[in-house]
Amino acid sequence: MAFKRPDGRSFDQTRKIEAKVGIIKKADGSALFSFGDSKAIAAVYGPRQLYPQHLQNPEKCLLRCHYDLASFSVTERKRPGPTRRSSEISYVMTKALEPVLHLQNFPNSVVDVYIIITQADASTRCAAINAASMALANAGLLMKELVSSVSIGKVADAIVVDLTKEEEDYTITKEGKEEKATTDIPLAFLSRSEKLSLLQLDGKIKLQELKQAIAAGKKACVKITEIQKQTLKKIKEK
Amino acid sequence: MEISSLTKKRIEELLKEGKRLDRRKPLEFRDITIEQNVSNKAEGSARVKIGDTEVIAGVKLSVMEPFPDTPDAGALMVGAELSPLASDKFELGPPGIRAIELARIIDRGIRESEFIDLKKLCIKKNELVWAVFIDIYPINYDGNLIDASALAAIAALHNAVFPKIKNDKVQFGELTNKSLPLKDTPITITFYKINNTFILDPVMEEEEAAQGRVSMALTFKKEEFLHAIQKAGDEALDEKEVLEVIELASKEGKKLYNKIKTHLKIK
Repeated sequence: MAFKRPDGRSFDQTRKIEAKVGIIKKADGSALFSFGDSKAIAAVYGPRQLYPQHLQNPEKCLLRCHYDLASFSVTERKRPGPTRRSSEISYVMTKALEPVLHLQNFPNSVVDVYIIITQADASTRCAAINAASMALANAGLLMKELVSSVSIGKVADAIVVDLTKEEEDYTITKEGKEEKATTDIPLAFLSRSEKLSLLQLDGKIKLQELKQAIAAGKKACVKITEIQKQTLKKIKEK
Repeated sequence: MEISSLTKKRIEELLKEGKRLDRRKPLEFRDITIEQNVSNKAEGSARVKIGDTEVIAGVKLSVMEPFPDTPDAGALMVGAELSPLASDKFELGPPGIRAIELARIIDRGIRESEFIDLKKLCIKKNELVWAVFIDIYPINYDGNLIDASALAAIAALHNAVFPKIKNDKVQFGELTNKSLPLKDTPITITFYKINNTFILDPVMEEEEAAQGRVSMALTFKKEEFLHAIQKAGDEALDEKEVLEVIELASKEGKKLYNKIKTHLKIK
């Protein structure tokens, strides 16, 4: 039987996207981005002096992302504070955003990006990257292009855009045994050069299907970039 | 950060002609040796050398209450200890992002390929399951830690046996001869990008000259599947490069798999 999405979306459709910038007055830049029930808020502070001094780089500015799941954002309470998962996501997010910034302009300094997931329903790192990318632009940092991110899933045999938790946990019964049937592929595209700055994968997929997934991700990211741009423009007009 | 710009330039110029510092071809591995059973208290262990890079991995087993979301499956935990003994790049202290990322890449290769049949590690549903701990200790770090560590983990798992169990308690030190329930062996292979060339198995200098890194875990048994990808490194990759590196992983990963197969006596 062919796979149907539990929420009735078509395969290439993201959930409802909400995007806002300038949501945190104290921050130098901030944004909110949500895919349906996955909500991320991001705040940017900097460029500012970097302490401890031994971390300073006289050639360029350091970019630091700090991804955090709020304790109440998931079904079972998550103990506050960093985990191995969150450290890794912070790291790959930093790598996803770095290529678009002119970090050599601010030696010895740091740009900190703080992200809190206030509500989680899969694809949180993608929502986080989208929010962070907008927050960086909102902070007035010179950027070569925007970063747009989406998760692609292979659920049963379908390639779908923007996975929910329910789809992530989808199982099929094969020879009387329940089997995990989802492959999760978070990716991020740079808006102008169309390069990939994030690519991860968990699951089981054939080479050919992965190629399809990347193509689907590229298409979805074009739409996300457009939403990010429109949202950023609105604040400019105000 | 510590590589001199002269060395970097040399590496880049050599690569333009398809050459490397140690005369290897871009996609050629250094010699690989695998030695199992290197620590007799561990339930399974292995030492892997790739050129001068050396890693030992050990498997310990114990019993625990299952996680609430997987009441009928065993648990898998992978850790990496980057001791300063192995390199002047490592420092004492709690695991940094390097150790965390390394452990998570190895973990995902094993977990997503379902190499260990965790369902078969259930002793009593909701009450008692086996926990498999894999810990990775680099001994000498001269590049390509990810592939060496993944290989050491796989070899240690192949080597592991269950300890005896009595009244739901593990009798440590008393081993059975029953191996772990293993399925298709996953291969983790990491490509480094220097300018426009992808290379495999870099030595330290090459690793430091690289701008991009992509790790992939694959299985090859009957059909070929990709189970995990981690792109890292400072540079974004264009779509063509991503597709190229996926194809390369399939080809070169298969070669590595065949090489490992004879080492580990996989049928």
